[in-house]
Amino acid sequence: MGIRLEKNWEILNSARIKALPGQLGVYQIADKDEQIISVGYAGAKEPFGIRSALEREILLHGNVATQFRYEFTSNYRSRWDELLMLHIYDYGELPEHQRNEASRVGRLHPI
Amino acid sequence: MNFDLTDEQQMIVDTTRKFVESEIVPAEENLDPDAGSLEPHDFERLVIKTKEMGFYGLDIPAEYGGPGLDTTSRALMAIEMSQHRAGLYNPCYGVFGGAGLAQLYEATDAQKERWLYPTLRGEKKGCFALTEPSGGSDPARAVQTKGYKDGTEWVLNGSKLYISGADKADYALLFARTSDDPGRNGVTAFIVDTDSPGFFVRRVVHTLRATHYATELQFEDLRIPEDQILGEVNGGFAIANDRLSRQRIPYAAGCIGPAIRAQAMSIEWAKSRETFGSILAEKQAIQWMLVDNEIDIRHAKYCVLEAAQKADKGLRFRTEAAMAKLVATEASGRVVDRCIQIHGGIGVTKDLPLERWYRELRIRRVGEGPSEVQKLIMARDIIGGSFK
Repeated sequence: MGIRLEKNWEILNSARIKALPGQLGVYQIADKDEQIISVGYAGAKEPFGIRSALEREILLHGNVATQFRYEFTSNYRSRWDELLMLHIYDYGELPEHQRNEASRVGRLHPI
Repeated sequence: MNFDLTDEQQMIVDTTRKFVESEIVPAEENLDPDAGSLEPHDFERLVIKTKEMGFYGLDIPAEYGGPGLDTTSRALMAIEMSQHRAGLYNPCYGVFGGAGLAQLYEATDAQKERWLYPTLRGEKKGCFALTEPSGGSDPARAVQTKGYKDGTEWVLNGSKLYISGADKADYALLFARTSDDPGRNGVTAFIVDTDSPGFFVRRVVHTLRATHYATELQFEDLRIPEDQILGEVNGGFAIANDRLSRQRIPYAAGCIGPAIRAQAMSIEWAKSRETFGSILAEKQAIQWMLVDNEIDIRHAKYCVLEAAQKADKGLRFRTEAAMAKLVATEASGRVVDRCIQIHGGIGVTKDLPLERWYRELRIRRVGEGPSEVQKLIMARDIIGGSFK
């Protein structure tokens, strides 16, 4: 099983978000150049799961957030940490607005 | 056995219970239902409180600055500390501090300076790396990570599986086979910094515990100076086994807290929820479930306290600890299962902590030696010898 979130990017807009089920999971948000600007999770506190979380990402990043990809999982907390560690491994640091998570997450050396 | 608490033990129970109710439960209310840590400002605030209470570093021996609790008091605290949503695996979110890896108290002075004391000061974290893909229930024979000596260094190659905290640890206590002996006399314990070349955390292993994952490790020509051996060459299994035995009593005690909390929630629910014209508490089916819960909780508690009291008296407690581990993990699982049934639909939602306890308690029947291994340990003591 691949550990990276390698699904195709989808256009991020309200219409697409509304079509998603309200399940729990993890996601990545990217700009138009597919640069990841956020790695997040939709937890059980979200009223409509991943839909609510993605709507909040649009509010946070505005027009810069143009694409997303996601994965439904009830293990959203451990999967989120895994994606953050992979991001550090791949890019050296976390997305700018998530740098405060760096001291909390561990480190991975995937094959 | 006398299960009456001393005045001091009663004070410890009362103080811990009040702390959980007034500090931990409110602090966790707004966290994600699967959260594994408090908000940093809450954590720091509550650590100050536990230090003021004199309970910080619960498992640190008195000669190293810990509170020096006996096993019974420690077990009673574990029962109280686990009575909140994250309590099974994160009792009080760690605000009572950790003791580090118990084996390091047997280390050389130089090793203590490098790893133990920084751990006790909260500056370093360690992880315990024993289990391998080849198995965990019979670690003495399952260890296949190989070590050979090259000058003044040992060179290790192999892998470990289901290792908690390795991705965040500064060092690992790592077990490798260092002789041709295929059993317990061929394993050596090494202390190794996790940033050493050849030490890799390859992947996260997701489990029923949605917050805390395990990891898989790989060692490729990992070079370890010989002064980083803990204990004697080929004497590592005794070190590992000692930890596994000692761990069983608090491990069992920690399972009882969620069962007690779930039972209290269910009694309250049964007294207020109405169906078919009467409250649930008036229905025999519900009453019997609550009674079965009470029997399971008391049985588990008595087993834990019996094991703890024998340990405190310096008596042999291996069978009692194994029985406590088996009974507490299985009984608590049954209790939470019945409590979900009593609650109905809301019992399986993340609105209540029952579903988290249900998932996490299932792991307890496997972790730290599965029920079947506990029976094997008890059978050896009851029948005698090693079935020779």
